[in-house]
Amino acid sequence: MSKTILTVDDSASMRMLLKASLTAQGFTIEAANDGRHGLERMIEVKPDLLITDINMPEMDGFELIEAVRAKPEFRGVPILVLSTEFSDEKKARARQAGATGWITKPFDAAKLGTAIRRVCP
Amino acid sequence: MSDDLDDIQAIFFEECAEGLATAEAGLSAMADGDVSAGVIAGVFRAVHSIKGGAGAFGHAALTAFSHRFENVLDEVRAGRIAPTPGVTRVMLTAFDVLADHVAAAQGTSPLPADAAVAAALDQVLADRGVAEAAPAPVAAAPAPAPVAVVEDDPFGFEPVTASVEPFDPFGFEPVTVTLDLLDDAQPVVADAPLPWTVTFVPSDAALANGGEPMLIVRELEMLGGTITGVDLSRLPSLRDLEPEHAYLGWTISVPGTVEESAIGDCFDFVAPESIVDIVREISPDIVSTATPIAAPLAVAPVPAPAPVPAPVALAEVPTLIATPIAAAPVPPMPAAVAPVAPPPPPVRPAPVRVDEAEVQRTHEVAAQTIRVDLTKLDMLLNLVGELVIRGSILADRLSPKDQERVELPQLSRLTREIQDTVMSLRAQPIKQAFSRVPRMLRDLSAETGKQVTLETTGETTEVDKGVIEKIGDPLTHMIRNAVDHGIESPEKRLAAGKPAQGTIKLSAEQKGARIFVRVADDGGGIDRARVRAKAVEKGIVAPDAVLTDEEIDQLICAPGFSTAETISNISGRGVGMDVVRSNVEALGGRVEIASTPGKGTTFTMVLPLTLAILEGMIVRLAGQRFVLPLANVIETVQPEPGQVRPTTTTGEVIELRGNYLPVRRLTRTFGFADNDARTPEESLVIIVESETAGHVGLMVDTIDDRREVVIKSLDQNLHPIRGLGGATILGDGSIALILDIEALVGPSAPLNRYPQKGLAA
Repeated sequence: MSKTILTVDDSASMRMLLKASLTAQGFTIEAANDGRHGLERMIEVKPDLLITDINMPEMDGFELIEAVRAKPEFRGVPILVLSTEFSDEKKARARQAGATGWITKPFDAAKLGTAIRRVCP
Repeated sequence: MSDDLDDIQAIFFEECAEGLATAEAGLSAMADGDVSAGVIAGVFRAVHSIKGGAGAFGHAALTAFSHRFENVLDEVRAGRIAPTPGVTRVMLTAFDVLADHVAAAQGTSPLPADAAVAAALDQVLADRGVAEAAPAPVAAAPAPAPVAVVEDDPFGFEPVTASVEPFDPFGFEPVTVTLDLLDDAQPVVADAPLPWTVTFVPSDAALANGGEPMLIVRELEMLGGTITGVDLSRLPSLRDLEPEHAYLGWTISVPGTVEESAIGDCFDFVAPESIVDIVREISPDIVSTATPIAAPLAVAPVPAPAPVPAPVALAEVPTLIATPIAAAPVPPMPAAVAPVAPPPPPVRPAPVRVDEAEVQRTHEVAAQTIRVDLTKLDMLLNLVGELVIRGSILADRLSPKDQERVELPQLSRLTREIQDTVMSLRAQPIKQAFSRVPRMLRDLSAETGKQVTLETTGETTEVDKGVIEKIGDPLTHMIRNAVDHGIESPEKRLAAGKPAQGTIKLSAEQKGARIFVRVADDGGGIDRARVRAKAVEKGIVAPDAVLTDEEIDQLICAPGFSTAETISNISGRGVGMDVVRSNVEALGGRVEIASTPGKGTTFTMVLPLTLAILEGMIVRLAGQRFVLPLANVIETVQPEPGQVRPTTTTGEVIELRGNYLPVRRLTRTFGFADNDARTPEESLVIIVESETAGHVGLMVDTIDDRREVVIKSLDQNLHPIRGLGGATILGDGSIALILDIEALVGPSAPLNRYPQKGLAA
């Protein structure tokens, strides 16, 4: 049973890149283009893992993580942030919001897969 | 994958163009004095996105420059650098260079000289602004220049190397050695590296935040680790136990041969409040000289001196044993980790609230294209389809005079235009699917030593986007199959009197409501004797089965069939053509195979134009309504007595102006046997034209109507039934199935999906 991952990123190329590299590794990928849409898809798809960008229009990554964690059914679902940002301040904020981990863009497909299996085997 | 990457990269450059336009609009607004948070955030996000994508696609120069630019923008956004006209001027110059960098990454222009602008950006960052009207930078920065902001960036200006980055530098506490660990004496070879002792106490919130600690423990076990101790001390009584709270801690012994970084990687995602200790274990030898069980040492732990500088201890393994490291167990306190990774002091002002409406406006000014969710487009297309159908129902019900009175013709024309426009939104040239082929062929030629040229026609045929996305894989298989099994080696070809170089013709065309995608090779054709022998050997057909050439060709698509004598790394795993067929059938299409020995093989994917509107004839078979695509209909005949005659071989024929055409009773084809009593004179024969079988008569009971219908695809379960192309909802709400003429009358017309099974019986 392949695991379903919801990826939220406002860049279409990033969504496609994630989809291409993770589908090849056996994951099922759903995607959304901003936080608000991401939250809707989260409720529809109920993925095994959420991967979100931080800088997005509408609802940003921090707000999305908080909104997801506010729903009892999503407590315990791993959430990884995938962002070009890497400041400790931002990471602490993500952690505060309820993120499980942080991956800095650009990503290496194999390493990303390893990192994902670390929280979503 | 790499071909997909090219497509994705093309989209990235589209995004870059949009991002540059957004940034330019924003910077111009800033130059005109609009320095609101929304405008600045818009510019920041545009540059940030370019950087992100550039990194992903390996454009190092673009990444480095956009990173510099972004640093300044980030400071401006956070209010630490004022967006003065001077700063905006520098950013406008930087924008120009950024645009040049994007062009360079695209390969349309040389790499720009960015040193001067980069230095100017760095200067802005260092000076936290631009000294207005003070051109001499010497006067501007006498103070100790490198501000914390610059040092903040641990990666310099090259984040390309940063991939998966640990959240937390591991805490370097004094070692925790537990009692049960000590008597777990392991045979240690003198010069073998000491095993690692890993202590891990997850943060309280680990479980709630999705960081299941057991996964980390399991990963360490995969590295060869063994759990040597579990800390239950924090476990409360059952009544106080909170299910989402993490209470346990582990001590795990990992073989010393494992790299420390490999162990560290397991803790990529642990929260800073967690306790993670990775240390070389004290040699059991030393311990055992004191006492065989080492109890006194453990019962009365040596008070820890000042924490040993951890990096030294970790690096100098051999001397580690001499250090009095055995310490009291570290209480699981967040404070223990804190000194190692001090959070940046929150001296920065609160993040500026972004005015989304303003950002949106900036976007609108900039965007040349908008991306729309496909499902929305589908919904629109469906609705327009219904509108067209309602229009034609209305036209049926109103007299021509009434139609004119309510201006129905004008309305219909308008509706039709809307429909065409909406359909064109989803349609894209099939070129997208074809574009990966030349490169693939080059690779295949290199691998196989076969020489192949490619001829492509019909690239501009417009196909529904969904179809284009899904034919990539089948197309790949078909091309590989053609090179691997179709085209012969140059020697064989020369011996057969053919040019050494083989040819693959790739073509696409639209006929009616179907798209034909063909891959034709001029190779040796299908070796039917071998295919048949293999099929018998594999138990797919009975040894005495009587098979036509077409049926033998179809065996290639049987699951698990492979004739390759040696399994090559290209095709020949016996899945290729089976996958092609199932993928194409999943799209509501079919695969046709035509092969001439010595001349070559043509594989054709016949695909539907999904969601298209179809002009159809509503016919009745045993009381049920079906839709017959009007595009195939030549004429309709009411047979005279004796005009339809039985023959011995093909069933029945109809005599039409001196010619005899085969007739199929559709009621029989679909198994409405009870209707057999109806005589030809009581029925109608519709003469249809098919590509493969020429003119054929289809016998139906009656014709109800002529109407436009919206094609809805059939459920997967119905795909095995040949002869059905889809379904539609009629004006009165009832469902009618759409007939697929080609499949009904074509040479491989049997309704069973696996004809070979029937033959084998």
